[in-house]
Amino acid sequence: MRMYTQALNTTETDDRGLEDAAKAAQFQARIDAEERIEPNDWMPSAYRKTLTRQISQHAHSEIVGMLPEGNWITRAPSLRRKAALLAKVQDECGHGLYLYAAAETLGASREELVDAMLAGKAKYSSIFNYPTLTWADIGTIGWLVDGAAIMNQIPLCRCSYGPYARAMIRVCKEESFHQRQGYEIMVTLCRGSDEQKTMAQDALNRWWWPVLMMFGPPDATSQHSDTSTKWKIKRFSNDELRQKFVDATVPQAQYLGLTIPDPGMVQDADGHWRYSEIDWTEFKQVLAGNGPCNRDRMAARRKAHEEGAWVREAAAAYAAKRAQRPTAQAAE
Amino acid sequence: MMGIANTEVSETPLVLYALRRADDSLILGHRLSEWCGHAPMLEEDMALSNIALDLIGQARELYTYAAKAEGKGNDEDKLAYLRDVRQYRNLLLVEQPNGDFAQTLVRQFFYSAFADLYWRAMMTSRDTTLAAIAAKSEKESAYHLRHASEWIIRLGDGTEESHRRVQAAIDHLWAFTGELFSVDDGERALIHAGIAIDPGTLRGRWLTTLSDVVSEATLVLPQNDWMQQGGRSGRHSEHLGHLLSELQSMQRTFPGLTW
Repeated sequence: MRMYTQALNTTETDDRGLEDAAKAAQFQARIDAEERIEPNDWMPSAYRKTLTRQISQHAHSEIVGMLPEGNWITRAPSLRRKAALLAKVQDECGHGLYLYAAAETLGASREELVDAMLAGKAKYSSIFNYPTLTWADIGTIGWLVDGAAIMNQIPLCRCSYGPYARAMIRVCKEESFHQRQGYEIMVTLCRGSDEQKTMAQDALNRWWWPVLMMFGPPDATSQHSDTSTKWKIKRFSNDELRQKFVDATVPQAQYLGLTIPDPGMVQDADGHWRYSEIDWTEFKQVLAGNGPCNRDRMAARRKAHEEGAWVREAAAAYAAKRAQRPTAQAAE
Repeated sequence: MMGIANTEVSETPLVLYALRRADDSLILGHRLSEWCGHAPMLEEDMALSNIALDLIGQARELYTYAAKAEGKGNDEDKLAYLRDVRQYRNLLLVEQPNGDFAQTLVRQFFYSAFADLYWRAMMTSRDTTLAAIAAKSEKESAYHLRHASEWIIRLGDGTEESHRRVQAAIDHLWAFTGELFSVDDGERALIHAGIAIDPGTLRGRWLTTLSDVVSEATLVLPQNDWMQQGGRSGRHSEHLGHLLSELQSMQRTFPGLTW
C-alpha cells in the first residue's frame, strides 16, 4: 500500500523547506508535461486551497442556480417546456453533487463547504443574483448563461486536477444540451407574436451585461489568474474567454433578430466584436451581496437547510438505529 | 379584448377516464415540482424532481390520448392549461399542499402504493394505448413507491419529531384515500368492457402495503373511515384554484401562442 504522506509535511524539520521546494518543482514539471494531478498526489497547499475554493464555488453556483430557473417551473407555458425545465434544473442539482464530490477529494467535506456558503463566506456565480421576470428569461439563461458557462468550462475539461477535469467533461455534455434548449426557446419567441419578440428583447437587455460579468474581472485586476495559469487550472484569461463568447454570440443574436444592448459595439478588422466598458461597480456590488436577489437567494437556501434539519436528523437517527440492530439482536 | 374561453371537452366515458388519470399525474407532478431547489438535501431535490418529471410525462401521454379519443382537435396543452377548477378531475389527495416533507411523502406514499398496483393491473387493458402507458408507468411507480416507503420508515422510526410529523400527515391525509377506489357508472361500463380495471379489487393489497410499511415505521393507520370525495367530478378543495392560476398564468395571459 502506498502511504499518503501529505500530513507529514506539517512536521517541523530543518530541511522541510528544501524538501518542499523539490516537491514543488517536481509537481510543476508534471503540470508542464500535461499530467493529471490525482487526489493522493502531493500538491502545494496553495494549489489545494485554490482548487477547493474554485470547485466549491462552482458547486454552490449550480445549487443557487436552481433558484432563478426553478422560479418558472410551476409557470412554464407548455407541458413540454415544463418537463424540459424540470429536467434541466434536476441536471444542475446533479452537477452540484459531482462538483461537491470533486471538492471532497481535496479533503474538504460537503457539509463544511455548504456551511461556508450559507454563512456568506463562500461565493457563487454573480449571475444568479438577477431575477427571472418573464418566461423569456428562461430562454435567455439557457442561451447566454449556459453559453458563457460552457465557454468557461470547456477549457476546464483539460484542467490539471483530474477529478475536476472529469467532472467538467460530464457537466459540459449536459450543459450544451441546455444551451441548445434555451436557444430554441428564443427562436420560438422571436418567430412568435410581437409581444413574444418584445419579451425576448427585454430579456436580452437585462441579461447581456450580467452575463459578460460571469467571466470575472478584467485581466489587469484578476487576483487568482497568475498561479491558476501556471498550474493549468486556468487555460485562458477572463478577457480572452469573454471575447470568444461575444464573438460567438453576436451572430446568434443577429439570427434571432435581436439587438445587443450595446450601441458602442463594433466589429474590428480581425472580425472581433469590440464591446463597450462593463460596469464593474455593479459587478462589485453584486459580489458584495448587493445584487437584486442576493438576499432572496441566500434566504431560500438557508430556509431549505434549516427547515430540512429535522429530516436529515431523522435519517441519521434511523441509520444509527439500523446499524445497532444486528448487535442488539445478537446480544439477546 | 375577448375573454379566454375554457376548453370544452366532450366527456365520453373513455375521455373522462383518461383525463382523470392525466389530471392526477399532472397535479401531483406539479406539487412535487414546487420543491425544486427547496428540499432538505440535494439528493431529495433530485429525487422529487425526478418523480415530478415521471408524473408529468405520464400526464402528457394521458392527455394526448384523451384528446385523441375525443377527436375534437384538443391537445395536451389545451387540456392542461385551459380547463378551470370545475373541469379538473383529479383526486383531492394529489392537490393537497406540500406542507412539510412528511406531508409530501405521505401523500406520495398513499398515491404511489395505489398507482403501482393500478398500472400493473392496467397492463392487461384491452385498450392498447392505455396498456402501453401502463407498462411504462408501472416501472416508474415501482420506483416512486420504494422511495416513499423508505422515507415513511425513516421518518417514522427516526426521531420523536419526525415520528410526530409523519403520523400527523397520515392522520391529515387519510380521508382523501377513499377516492382512489371510487367508480362511477361510466367507469363501471369501461370495467365491464375490459378497458379499465376495478380499483376496488386493489384495495386489499393497497392496505397490506400500507400496513406493512406503517407498522415497520412504528406508525399507525387511522381508525376513522370517513372519506372525502369530489375531485373526480370537479368539486375540489380550495387548494386547486391557486395551483391552476399559477400553472395556467402564461396561457391565460397570452392565449393561442406557441412557446
